[in-house]
Amino acid sequence: MSTVGTQPEGSGPLGDIEQSKPVTSTDRRPRPGSDVEARTWLRRGLEQFGLALFVFALGAFLTAYTPHFLTGVNISALFVQMSIIAIIAVGQLMVIITAGIDLSVSSVVGLTGTLSTYLVVYSHTGVALGMFLGVLAGGAVGLVNGLLITKVGLPPFIATLATLSAVGGVALLMVNGQPVGAPPSFNVLGTGKLGPVPWAIIVMVIVAACGWFVLARTTLGRAIYAIGSNYQAARLSGIAVNRVLNTVYVIQGLLAGLSGVVVASLVLTGDPTSGTNYNLDSIAAVVIGGGSLFGGEGTVFGAMVGALLMELIANGSDLLNISTFWQEVILGIVIIIAIAYDQARRRALARR
Amino acid sequence: MLEGNVASQGAGTSEGAYAVEMVGIRRHFPGVDALKGVDLKVGVGEIHGLAGENGAGKSTLMKILSGAERKDAGHIILNGKEVHMSGPADALALGISTVYQETSLAPHLSVAENLFVGRWPKFAGGVIDRRRLMREAELVLERLGVELPLRAQVNRLTIAQQQMTEIARALSHDVNVLILDEPTSALADNEVAALFAVLRDLKAQGISVIFISHELDEMLELCDRISVMRDGELVGERAAAETNVLELVRMMVGRTLGEMYPKRAVPVGEELLRVEGLRVRSKKSAVSFSVRAGEVVGFAGLLGAGRTSLMQAVVGAVPSEAGRIYVRGRPVRVRNPEHAIRQGIGYLTDDRRRTGLAGVLGVGQNLTLASLPQFARVGVIKSRKEVRATSDMVEALRIVTPSLRQPVALLSGGNQQKTVLGRWLLADVDVLILDQPTRGIDVGAKLEIYGIINNLASAGKALILVSDYLPELLGMSDRVIVMREGGIIAEFDRAEATQEAVLLAASGHPPGRGGRATPSRGHGSGGTGAGTDGERATK
Repeated sequence: MSTVGTQPEGSGPLGDIEQSKPVTSTDRRPRPGSDVEARTWLRRGLEQFGLALFVFALGAFLTAYTPHFLTGVNISALFVQMSIIAIIAVGQLMVIITAGIDLSVSSVVGLTGTLSTYLVVYSHTGVALGMFLGVLAGGAVGLVNGLLITKVGLPPFIATLATLSAVGGVALLMVNGQPVGAPPSFNVLGTGKLGPVPWAIIVMVIVAACGWFVLARTTLGRAIYAIGSNYQAARLSGIAVNRVLNTVYVIQGLLAGLSGVVVASLVLTGDPTSGTNYNLDSIAAVVIGGGSLFGGEGTVFGAMVGALLMELIANGSDLLNISTFWQEVILGIVIIIAIAYDQARRRALARR
Repeated sequence: MLEGNVASQGAGTSEGAYAVEMVGIRRHFPGVDALKGVDLKVGVGEIHGLAGENGAGKSTLMKILSGAERKDAGHIILNGKEVHMSGPADALALGISTVYQETSLAPHLSVAENLFVGRWPKFAGGVIDRRRLMREAELVLERLGVELPLRAQVNRLTIAQQQMTEIARALSHDVNVLILDEPTSALADNEVAALFAVLRDLKAQGISVIFISHELDEMLELCDRISVMRDGELVGERAAAETNVLELVRMMVGRTLGEMYPKRAVPVGEELLRVEGLRVRSKKSAVSFSVRAGEVVGFAGLLGAGRTSLMQAVVGAVPSEAGRIYVRGRPVRVRNPEHAIRQGIGYLTDDRRRTGLAGVLGVGQNLTLASLPQFARVGVIKSRKEVRATSDMVEALRIVTPSLRQPVALLSGGNQQKTVLGRWLLADVDVLILDQPTRGIDVGAKLEIYGIINNLASAGKALILVSDYLPELLGMSDRVIVMREGGIIAEFDRAEATQEAVLLAASGHPPGRGGRATPSRGHGSGGTGAGTDGERATK
């Protein structure tokens, strides 16, 4: 669109005054194929699929360079590993869209994995019940997080940092710091399969699908985006902000709990410290996938691609004999690029 | 030469004794001629008042003088020499210092540190020389003749002390001209008196002061001369001794109401909202009023009169300590905006960017934010219904946007405002409170919004209109309620409500005739409560 060259840019107090463009029926909306339309589509396309294309290219590269990548066993293992982060990332995504953050994930994973194996081993509950109670415990921690934020008024960062510490301590106390070995029957979610597909992958797909549905199709999802985009606007529009925030943190707790049970099932051990890396991994998956720490933005698709990318880097590096130390460096660089892009885009938006 | 002598008299009337001459200043913003060739002359050692309604161009003119805003045309002459400025640093170097209405102090630094922010005296290694900092800070205060706790953190000071710190900082530069933009709106009477004493002292030192205020009484008391602006033009200049509040108000108001406000007569129906004895926390006055179906009730008041916090209290967005709210005669509890909407009361915020728009979300999503339950069944949004309703609304309000998914932050101000208004139209509330619904948008969009207000009234809705722009308020309202310091000070029928009467009431002169003066409970005992959290109560 052409701007009048002599017209000064509106800045300062009257900067938001409407461009004095006559409203006529012909220029109401840009014609299909016009500059604006094309740029919008290009930008959206790049945002949505640029990362997916990159992930695809990385996969193609690994296929070409190592015969061990594209094998049924490796791909299956890759997605099982990814499911741990991906399940948490769906919850973390919801939290981050509200402009919050959940740092208690690591401890919740440790707590729920330990609790469910403990119940099965020492209280002789059935495997299913033990796992179920483990997941519920995660939801309980989530509720505490939510109430600390909405009732006590703590910032999410502080509230979840506190529960990270407290819950981590509880998990260690419960088993006196010693990991609990689980009976072989506990492996359902880890190595168990439905036909050829491991249960962990099926659980991940179901969680992602539900997460997508909630965020894209329900009033709860809309409220989550609105709160993150502008808390006051959401509140003044009659959205029950506290109820929504509590719900989001409970969902995140349940999903972290579920992930913790998957981890315990995978290694047949309830280890209070098993979740150490998952805080930053889940946050990284969300932001690499286009979620914004300022809130209001992010998709389940993006977070899943983010989780897949991280898993590809780890898996590919292993296959190519790149040291795990380098893997961490590479992951760090990917995060920097993702966030720098997000910041640049926001600045561009603010300038308009 | 002659200049020094004239300066000490403070009248600044003789040729060539001007500290500041602004000649033919023009500034155009998209859609608005903010300044249409303004001349302003301020004598050396003169306190010069600048009066005018909101939007008259005072702030833009002062921003140009302080280098914060460019001018499109015109000249700035300081002490007889034309100067060119390309930024606030240039203005400071030329001795022009500005104190803005909102404080720009660093709240966690001490007073002394704030005085020299960015210019701290340092040792060679870059470490701050605290002793020298304190010494220089004491010098500044001495020159100003005030006492401030130099070591105290700024956020522990009273508003008045913060204001004084701000002024002290402005004077810590080498200053010839001091610009004060509404410095008294947050001060109590005795604090205002202290500020004025300081300003008179500066005047005696030959410093020129430009003083912007809505409080005309104060301006008459303090200033030597007063310039009045209206619609981007200088209407006139008066010696303070030779004018009065009434004349200034007439100059500010000027024109008569034209066909700009196509108010439609609507039969008034039953009472939809009644507020009884509502008291906002931190305010002294309890407020009562009612609105009927088909009626538009305007709320006038100066900055900090408490209109926004009152309206937010009505919808439960800020806490209230006493009072009852009745909808259609039934008492209702409104603890938060969610309750309010369920009772059919909606509030369009005065600041669409901070509290109105979900900026990164699409136009469509913004439109249905207050009416989501309508478009959902068991929590699942019926997309097709939502898209149909929102595209109809975009069509009806003529919102210019490439698509429903366009982030609303990318739209122009007028289209953003129509989007937040559309949100409340979709919510279909019976009582709609419109807080500054036309702020910062162009004339065309304003007219469209007036049309919508008329349609809502015709449809039997009850409307409350809060506006700083009097012609609009009087043009669109059936009744005008005037607030001051958190309470209602006067009420006028449409026929009685003139701009003069309303402005006089808003500045503390309720009418002797023509309007009914309401007993004002908390009024008259100093204005601290009203000003501090006044119009910005949401944050």
